[in-house]
Amino acid sequence: MSEKFLSLEGIEKRFPIPGKEDYIAVTDVNLEIKKDEIIAIIGHSGCGKSTLLNMISGLDAQTKGAILLENKHVEGPGPERAVVFQNHSLLPWLSVYQNIEMAVKKVMPQLSAPELRDRVEKFISMVNLEHAKDKLPGEISGGMKQRVGIARALSIQPKVLLMDEPFGALDSLTRANLQEHLMRIQQNVKNTVIIITHDIDEAVLLSDRVIMMTNGPEATIGEILEVNLPRPRNRVELQSNPEYIRCREAILSFLYEKFAKDDE
Amino acid sequence: MNSEMIKKTVLPLLVFLFILQVWSGIAHVVADFPTPSDTYVAAFGGINEAGDEMVGVLSDPFYVNNQDDKGIFWQIVASLERVFAGFVLAILVGIPIGLFVGMSKSAQYALNPFIQIFKPVSPLAWLPLLLFIFQDINMTAISTIFITSIWPIIINTALGVKSVSQDYMNVAKVLRFSPLEKIVQIILPVSVPFIFTGMRLSLGIAWLVIVAAEMLTGGIGIGYWIWDEYNNLNYHNIIIGIIVVGLIGFILDIVMGKIADYFDYTKKGRA
Ligand SMILES: Nc1ncnc2c1ncn2[C@@H]1O[C@H](COP(=O)(O)OP(=O)(O)OP(=O)(O)O)[C@@H](O)[C@H]1O
Ligand SMILES: [Mg+2]
Repeated sequence: MSEKFLSLEGIEKRFPIPGKEDYIAVTDVNLEIKKDEIIAIIGHSGCGKSTLLNMISGLDAQTKGAILLENKHVEGPGPERAVVFQNHSLLPWLSVYQNIEMAVKKVMPQLSAPELRDRVEKFISMVNLEHAKDKLPGEISGGMKQRVGIARALSIQPKVLLMDEPFGALDSLTRANLQEHLMRIQQNVKNTVIIITHDIDEAVLLSDRVIMMTNGPEATIGEILEVNLPRPRNRVELQSNPEYIRCREAILSFLYEKFAKDDE
Repeated sequence: MNSEMIKKTVLPLLVFLFILQVWSGIAHVVADFPTPSDTYVAAFGGINEAGDEMVGVLSDPFYVNNQDDKGIFWQIVASLERVFAGFVLAILVGIPIGLFVGMSKSAQYALNPFIQIFKPVSPLAWLPLLLFIFQDINMTAISTIFITSIWPIIINTALGVKSVSQDYMNVAKVLRFSPLEKIVQIILPVSVPFIFTGMRLSLGIAWLVIVAAEMLTGGIGIGYWIWDEYNNLNYHNIIIGIIVVGLIGFILDIVMGKIADYFDYTKKGRA
């Protein structure tokens, strides 16, 4: 297992503002992510979490620094860095099955018809959506859509799974349910995951390390917290676990004492 | 039958009776204006108010006496053929142009001024020029319909392309879709409902324009037929023509609407 799996080196992103000085959203971000690691990125709204993720996915380019995946420079988007979008981004004219099939077909053109079908069905059952596979996205709930989004992203066998507040739009029960799904999937097939969240409990529950970002402009990594909790994790038992409580408090203190945002 | 159904049948009937009343009034005041009953006889045959035995325009629509004297069915067929020919040409040319304008800022900047200038020109203004170019009635009518139909198709197709959300394009980018895959898998499905809205508008206007165009070009077609009946002093046939044109336009719109709904993913799976 290579230690240097995904590395961000001196990343900066500046946005040109017409008629004004550039807005430097993030600067000097350095981070090494190991294979099969789950990283949560937390920080106040507007600090540049999405900006950072978009640079890793290649949907946006950094203005300084380098992003390396397995020692290769990341340039432009590609299927080895799959994205689960906040608003799921399923194609509404395709069924659940077809949405996943479209992605697998494109990324793995060498699969025969039965292999393709098996693969699509495997990922549909991974998120327990066998009963909904022929439904259109408009016919299923928000939580189910997000599960399809996750299945679609995983089905193309990415090296890194990037998630930008994947459960942000969901109610807390559905959210918990999806967190369970994600942990169960992760238990079976290891993936390298970067997940952006606003939710402290979610960050601690899901991740191996929590990246805490300072406020923008010129936001950067403030602290990195190691979450030394064994897996599988149980959200109910965790509530009284000292390590869990320590992690929560560390994040709380970072967000509301060291880098409190008074304009919120 | 519930009260909604009764309203839906009785109210139009009342309006119909009112129209007949007004019509009879006009026929009373304007000399030689056909009465409703004369018009009915002219349409379906029988004995008219003057006591003459008549063959109805609609009861014998298929006759062919010679090249210049055919039943109303053949007139309508001629008009529909021209409308469809011009319409299909406009679809074949308009959709690619619309996709191009919608996808490329440069294409939009280059073409938009001309689209905006030519769009408000009545297609009939082109007709003399087209007649001069083609020296042929059919080609002139078809190309007039082509010019009529193409603007709403271009504009709505471009609008559809613009409505493709950045999220879908991001999905396409992550999957590394080629430009063609982007068009086929993302842009077209999103644009199809818009394209059909444009086609429906086009077809409606085309059917309006063909009647006027044929009055100018002469020969055959429902528009010319109406004009000819005016020259023959068969005023009742003008009224029959108006009603027939209206009914066909109505049917075209319904059929086009059904086809549009069939291809519109937003209308599926919501029921
Ligand atoms: N295209 C852009 N042009 C100019 N400024 C931008 C652009 N995109 C983002 N920004 C700015 O960069 C900063 C970081 O934005 P970003 O969306 O990454 O924040 P975030 O941490 O994801 O916030 P949230 O938690 O609300 O999603 C913000 O101040 C934002 O206004
Ligand atoms: Mg964000």
